[in-house]
Amino acid sequence: MSERRQRIWAPVFILIVLVLLWEGLVTAFEIQQFLLPKPSAIVGNLVQVVVIDASAQVGEAITEEKTSIGNRLLVFLTAAHSPEVQAELDDALLFRIPLGGRSVSVLRGGNLSPILAASWFTIKEALGGLALGTLAGISVALATTRWAASREALLPFAIAANSMPIIAFAPIMNNWFGIDNPFSKMAIVTIMIFFPIMINTVRGLISVDHRSLELMRSYAASDSEILLKLRIPNALPSLFSGLKVAGALAMIGAIVGEYFGGPRIALGVFITQEAALFRFASAWAAILVACLLGIALYLIILTAERLAMPWHQTFRP
Amino acid sequence: MTGPVVSLEKIDMTFGEGASDQVHALKEINLQVEENDFISLIGPSGCGKSTLLRVVGDLIEPSAGVATVNGKSARQARLDQDYGIVFQAATLYDWRTVARNVQLPLELMSFSRADKEQRTQTMLELVELSDFAAHYPWQLSGGMQQRVAIARALAFEPSILLMDEPFGALDEMTRERLNLELLNIWRKTNTTVLFVTHSITEAVFLSTRVIVMSARPGRITQDIAIDLPQPRDAETRSSVGFFELETTVREALRLSEAAQESEEPSK
Repeated sequence: MSERRQRIWAPVFILIVLVLLWEGLVTAFEIQQFLLPKPSAIVGNLVQVVVIDASAQVGEAITEEKTSIGNRLLVFLTAAHSPEVQAELDDALLFRIPLGGRSVSVLRGGNLSPILAASWFTIKEALGGLALGTLAGISVALATTRWAASREALLPFAIAANSMPIIAFAPIMNNWFGIDNPFSKMAIVTIMIFFPIMINTVRGLISVDHRSLELMRSYAASDSEILLKLRIPNALPSLFSGLKVAGALAMIGAIVGEYFGGPRIALGVFITQEAALFRFASAWAAILVACLLGIALYLIILTAERLAMPWHQTFRP
Repeated sequence: MTGPVVSLEKIDMTFGEGASDQVHALKEINLQVEENDFISLIGPSGCGKSTLLRVVGDLIEPSAGVATVNGKSARQARLDQDYGIVFQAATLYDWRTVARNVQLPLELMSFSRADKEQRTQTMLELVELSDFAAHYPWQLSGGMQQRVAIARALAFEPSILLMDEPFGALDEMTRERLNLELLNIWRKTNTTVLFVTHSITEAVFLSTRVIVMSARPGRITQDIAIDLPQPRDAETRSSVGFFELETTVREALRLSEAAQESEEPSK
């Protein structure tokens, strides 16, 4: 097995083993649903697969499933699709994939919609805060490198921002910007990620090999040329390590911020409400989606890193 | 040009002056370098030969004395971009390809686009790396990286090439090959070279003059003219004159170390 393949399959294998263990242990010890739901129940809360035989009364089966299961993402495996079946499916159709003579129709179920809508709302907050915090972090880092005196002046404030307890801060932001305004959560995310971005960028801008600097000096390069051609490229690797930390923090910051109030269509609010109503499988399903979003964000940052610095040692074969 | 390319008068360098751990790195250095000279600075480690090179290149300021380069102050010469520098580490920028590394000084000195590309191509041909123009530094061996550094230093035709143990980290075989290559380049480009080394063979083989230094404080103890015929090649290394000069330099080094040791106990 090639190394690359092993890198992909090893975590997948571990995931499968863990999920099976989880499922098995919860079943074996008869753990109550409200303590820890089975993974199958969590996924079942998001997706339901219905296989419809060619011989079955298709239209009837669809109506039946839709009314009985209701709040789920329905995946229908249908053998044939007559126009009337199509009409039944088209109602809440997300997309359709042809699969070896059958057709997989993915339908929007009742529960998926709120989770998806909530995710979209929360990811917007996280991305907005990530953008603002990154911008602020890089700007301050550049300023402190350009004017050494400003480092001493700004660093205490940066450290103060970093030690600010977000839990105490969230209600204040809600008060400032309004509980339903996504900007209140963006502000929390901005403050949370400002420090890792700033401190990593500063380190990258400053920790320049002294011989590289002497080289620039021997060419009589100006400060701005040194910044552009040496310091900034030199800072990219550490900026991206900062961004990877910030990406995870952004999702956490947005969701934690929502615990202190937010519109009903936010992931953090959704999780609290479902848990309060003892719908734990549904709460876990939302947590699962939050995890997936975090992974997606990380992968996006990783791709950006690869594009921005293909020369870096992490990408060498 | 008339007059020396580099003229050092009573250069004195003390690091951390007044402090208990102050280091007297250079003492009363006087040196004249003529155009097209290839000067090697040799001496025990800590004799200040790299420091002297940095004083000439205006990378550090001497505590006392005057460094004149091309008839102007060392600072003005640096601002006029008269220097090409090669360090012991190639100091290539990881994020630039080989060609773009060679172009770095040309970008800073606002050469035209066509001129930049033409010069880069010429320089890479000179160091025989044309096929590696699009490679990144990490894809090259140490010797190849050092050749890129030399191409970069020469791309803008500086009047003086400052080299600080450029082949010190390379194996013997590569070093000998690069010595020959450097001599070829020196002949073709008519550059004046100041070369720091701790290899006697290398110093004698390359130079027109070898300056022997002693440590603590660093000072010049001998100035040995290397009058081996030009152009030199692999044969030169096995000639009788070569061995005699090697012995002269070795002897001079031994004497300067002995002189240094006799001074030590007084400390």
